[in-house]
Order: sequence, then structure tokens, then C-alpha cells
Amino acid sequence: MKKTLLISGGRVIDPAQGIDRVADVWVRDGRILAITGGTGPGEPLPESADETLAAAGLIVSPGLVDMHVHLREPGREEAETIATGTQAALAGGFTSVACIPNTEPPIDTQAAVEFVHQKAVRADTCNVFVVACVSRNREGKELAEIGQLVEAGAVAFSDDGAPVYDAELMRRAFEYCRMFDKPILAHEEVLELSRGGVMHEGLVSLVLGLTGMPAAAEEVMIGRDTALAESTDGRLHVMHVSTAGGVDLIRAAKARGVRVTAEACPHHFTLTDEALRGFDASCKMSPPLRTAADVEAIIAGIADGTIDCIATDHAPHAPETKMLELDRAPFGILGLETAVGLSVSRLIATGRIGWPRLIEALSTLPASILGIGRGTLRPGAPADITLIDPDLTWQVDVRSFRSKSVNSPFQGWTLRGRAVATIVAGRIKYRLA
Amino acid sequence: MPSVPHTFDTVPQVWPHRHLLDLERLTPGEIRLLLDTAAQLKEATAGCRRKLTILAGRTIVNLFFENSTRTRTSFSLAARRLGADVVEFSASGSSLSKGESFIDTAKNLEAMGIDAVVVRHSTPGTPHLLAQHLDVGVINAGDGAHEHPTQGLLDIFSIRERLGDISGATVGLVGDIAHSRTARSNVWGLLKLGAKVIVCGPPTLVSKRWEELGVEVSHNLDNIVPRCDVLNLLRIQFERQNTRPFPSVREYAHLYAMTGERLKRARKDLLILAPGPINRGVEVTADVADCPQSLILDQVTNGLAVRMATLWLTCGNRLPQTDQAGHAQPGLSAEGTL
Repeated sequence: MKKTLLISGGRVIDPAQGIDRVADVWVRDGRILAITGGTGPGEPLPESADETLAAAGLIVSPGLVDMHVHLREPGREEAETIATGTQAALAGGFTSVACIPNTEPPIDTQAAVEFVHQKAVRADTCNVFVVACVSRNREGKELAEIGQLVEAGAVAFSDDGAPVYDAELMRRAFEYCRMFDKPILAHEEVLELSRGGVMHEGLVSLVLGLTGMPAAAEEVMIGRDTALAESTDGRLHVMHVSTAGGVDLIRAAKARGVRVTAEACPHHFTLTDEALRGFDASCKMSPPLRTAADVEAIIAGIADGTIDCIATDHAPHAPETKMLELDRAPFGILGLETAVGLSVSRLIATGRIGWPRLIEALSTLPASILGIGRGTLRPGAPADITLIDPDLTWQVDVRSFRSKSVNSPFQGWTLRGRAVATIVAGRIKYRLA
Repeated sequence: MPSVPHTFDTVPQVWPHRHLLDLERLTPGEIRLLLDTAAQLKEATAGCRRKLTILAGRTIVNLFFENSTRTRTSFSLAARRLGADVVEFSASGSSLSKGESFIDTAKNLEAMGIDAVVVRHSTPGTPHLLAQHLDVGVINAGDGAHEHPTQGLLDIFSIRERLGDISGATVGLVGDIAHSRTARSNVWGLLKLGAKVIVCGPPTLVSKRWEELGVEVSHNLDNIVPRCDVLNLLRIQFERQNTRPFPSVREYAHLYAMTGERLKRARKDLLILAPGPINRGVEVTADVADCPQSLILDQVTNGLAVRMATLWLTCGNRLPQTDQAGHAQPGLSAEGTL
């Protein structure tokens, strides 16, 4: 039996088709059937629906795609599993996530990719796309078997958690990945410059006596990798840009025609290094929270498209590890369940970008960078759809998170905008109670 | 004139804190109260030699996660001079080496019925985190490169004892400013009391950013020596460096050691401080360390006075109800005072 789902009367935004109007979205058999109706009443419907979601006042978006998620499985199941992490994704409005391979062991074989796919099938939540290691065992010494990993379904390559340190290996990776048209997702950090650091190097680190991670640690590596991508015609995707200088380097590289894309994380356009004044390990991440000027540059970069997409760098850690001294606590914070609220509060409510640009950054572009055939409501596409209430104000409570961990600096914050329904392949997988 | 009476019956209400975590967030009035109280206690104990009983029945724990001899001894003696019991706890040989978190360790000690912990730790902010998790008083005895409030207070106390008033005085802090908790506590305390502060050392150890706090930055010791009323000579914290911030100790001493030669170009009444442990021949030469203007040993004695004042003010009263920031709630009467 083919069931038909109607999402009626919402503001349908699909940047891939240039659509931004109140309309009805029809879904059948797990795929988009049609977008009908305009602003006028009384237009004939193509047929009746088996189920209707009233979406008046809501944004109807192609399912959100988070291309930077640490699901921790295998190896760190006490912090997150593929099942819990993807539940958190659904609650945050994401229909697809790309999981980063810095697991234990790292995802650098066909078997490991297959393991993640199987776990995702069993979890039966959102789509999980695998990012596999650039280097064997993520050691930065020799290339992983990239061709076979592509055959197993890997959509991109990354040694994230650490940079690909050997410049020649990075160059080989760019060259080699070109034949599969896969991007390298790069964690940009010169480790000697940030060694021992726990926060941004600036006035706040000086006052607190904490070891700093200078902006130059990121900028120097972005400089190297844009140069390598340029000389090899490889595809570079800069992960979690955090510095104004980094944004400038990417902007300049794009202007030269380098095949570079970039992402920014909600915490990097929301918080500054001032947040560390309470010595709270839930404000410790890499790259670190920077200054107000960096935050401004990132927002400007999102607005003008220098930064293509918003990704969370969702990095769960078990509470006992975050209860350690600041220099012993691990880097990283949760992101999936606050990303929409932070993006709407910081970018839309402040008038810095409009809704179509936000949907592009959270769905269209990450889907296209990963080449996963999603991020659009075009008829025939998989019916991955997110309904967002743009005006809903809500309070962050980590105890209600579906993630297994609670390491969020946004506990207690009041945010605007939230996913209220998440539909994967035509099935409603999440509805806000 | 001291702002509190000599009786030590109850802690003055103008002191609202249960903890002493840093000088950055104290008001000038609170810093003066600490210094005045220290002066009175120094006098009441005949120069920190006689014993009082104003903290009898209190138990103070020295919780040192980082090695220390002089600060630990100073806190122990200060507590005993006031009649408190002191328990020593070292990280080595404890459950910390078995993987227990520092918060759990401190909570265990708290459950044994103590009144305050004096904590030293190599990580900035550790005392602040403990203060969030514990109901007892927390006194910071040095947290990484962040602050060492009692050291800052005893340096300022020693200067004040000689100069009377510190406002308008020019104080040079020389050496490893980047890694020095003593420097930070001195900067805050001195600025709040109206002194002019100069930080001096190579750019690898003295950031230009200090200027944003209202501090003068200098990389030339010879230029600042004639202008200073006080020089505080900080040691190089070799243990906190990734890569050495200068080519050699020899070159460092050549540029930044306070020598007899440099002393000749200073004001006659220049005061010399060094928080210790001092590296003779690196930041200070022996002739300067032992010169008449050297307050190095005064600092040690005054450390007792300042720590007595800190312990008395933070746990002289029992304050059973405090809010999260550690401030006593208004209307509480002091009880259990001696």
C-alpha cells in the first residue's frame, strides 16, 4: 500500500529549486511527490492524503544535514552510540548526519564502514553517512585504502580530531581523492603552536593564566591546505572555522577558484573566550572559542557564503571526563540538539541572514558537498523533511537531551526556533511533544 | 588606621566571602581589610610568633596537588598560630593516583567535617571549581599560572609596611610574567590600591596585551629601574615552558637579572622583593638579594600575617547558609565565634 503524506500550508523553502512560498508538500512512497498550492485559497489538490501534517506558521525545509558529528561508536559507547546520537540528530531536526571516523578503532576499513551502516540500519533513525580516515589507523603516515572505502560507501575523508600533519601525505590525499571526487574534511591546526592549550590565546587566557591556542595555529594550516588544494585541484572542506583570519583565507582562496568549502559551528558564532572565565570544561573545545571580532567575521562569512554550511562538531563526552581539571578534560561539546535554536537566535532573529540562506547552510550545501542526493524537496528526491517552528522559544535542558551525554555550555539558555517534526524517507521519525 | 577593632570576636560584616579565590574579583576595600587585619594579627601575635586561639576548634586542610614547601608551611603555621587544627593532604600516595577526580577527593575530605581547604593545583581555576562543589571555605594557594592571592597580598603588605601608602607608587614586576600566578595577583592588588605597575621581561614572557589591563609593558630593565619605587623579581618557571622563551639562562641574566650594577642607577630607597624560591644569579644576584633594601625575608614573615588574616576572615565565623557565589546571605548572625 502506498501511503500519501501531506504537509500543508507551511512556508516551503528549498534553495535548490529557488522555492520560498507557502505551499503544500506531498510525499508518497518515501519520496517527494509534488509541491502544490500557492498563496491563493481553493487550489485543487492532486488527490487526498492518508495523513496530513498541518504546517501553517512553520518552515518546511529539506531535511537538515549535519556533516560533522562524532557518534563515538565504536569505542566510546559510554559517551554516545550510533543509536543515541542519531536520536539526538532527529530531535535537532537532522535527517542525515556524517559521522567522523576518530573512533576506537578508527573507521579506516570496509568492515568498519559496514559496521556503522549496520548499526544505523538497526537504530532505524536518521541517515548515517560515513566519513572515513584519510590515513591508515588515523596515524597520518600512509593513505587509508580510499578506493575501497569509497566502494563501501564512504562519502568523504578526514583525520579530524587532528590535522593531516605531513604535508606530502595531505597532497597525495588531495590528488588521490580527485579520482573519486571526494572532499577531504580538514581539521586545521598547527600542533606546535597550540600545544598544551585549553582555550583561545588572548586577553582572557592571559588573565586566567591558561595556556592559549593562538588564531595563527588555525590560519597557518588553512593557508597550507588551500595552497595544496590549489596546486592539486583537490577538494578541501575546512572544518569548524573559528578565526577571522581563517575566514579571510578561505574567501581569498575561493576568489582564486580553489575548490574549497567551509563550515562553522554554532558555538563559534555564539560564544567567545569570555565563557571560559568560569573555568567550565563544557566551554573547552578545539578549535577554541575565540573573540567577539572572530564571531563577527564568522557570521559575516556565513552571510556572504564564504562559509558554506553550519555543522555542529557534536562531540559527546561522558560527564566524569568533563569533571576533571580544565587541562585534563577533553575537547568538545554537544551540538545536534541546539544547532537550530542557536542558528535562528544568532543569525535569523538578529537579521544577519534570511531563512533561505540558513536552510542552504543547514541542508542544501552540506548535502551537495557530500554528494548524498539529498538537501532538496525536488519531486523524486528522498522525502527527508524538517519542520521548524521559527518563533518557538524554548529553554535548553540537557536532561531532556536524547544524546547520551550532557556536555553543553548552553544549559538553561532560552533559544528561539526549534525543529518540531523530522521526517526521514517519508516517515515521521520525530515530533516535538 | 586599621578599619577593624583588635578584638577578633566576629568577622566584620564588610567581609562577605567564604572563599579567597583570587584578587581580581575583590574590591579595593576588601583588599584593604585583609591587609589591615593582617597588620593587627601580626601585632597581636608579636610579629607572628605568639599563638592565639581565635580559630580553636576549626580544622583546616592543606590540599596540595602540586609540590610546595614554603606556602604549605606558611599556611600550616598561620592556622596553628590561630589555634586551628591542620591536616596535610598530598596528592601523591592518595587515591588521586588511583584515578579519583579532584572533586571527589575534596568532597571526601569535606565529609570528614572540616572548615576550610587550602588548595594548590597546577591547573588554573581548580580552586574555583572546588568552591562550586564544596560547602566549606576554599583558599587558593596557587592555581597554575592564574593567581596566588595570598602571595600577592603579602607582597603588597610588605611594600605597604615600608611605604605606608601604596597609591602612586611605581612597582616593577620583572621576569616570567606569562607563567606567574604571583604576577597576576600582584597586578590586580596593586592596580586596585592605586599603584602604577610595570611588567618587564622579554616579549616571549611579557605580552603586549598587559597594556589592556592598564599596566605598562617594558622589555628593557635598564629603562625602568630608575623609575621604580619597588621591584618584584619573579623567577623563571622552567617547568611551565614548551619551548624555552629565551636563548640561554646566561643571556636572560644578562638582560634581566637585578644586579648591583643596575641597583646603582635605582632610587636610593628602592625596595627589592622576590617571592621565592629565588634563583640567585638568574633573576637576582646575591649582592642585591641580601642588600638592605631587600624585603625578601620580611615577605616570608608577612606571609604568615596575611594567611592568618585570610583564614580568620574566611572561617572565623561559621556561615551555614551561603549562596552559590559564596556570599553570606544578609541577616545571618555569626555563631560559634571565640
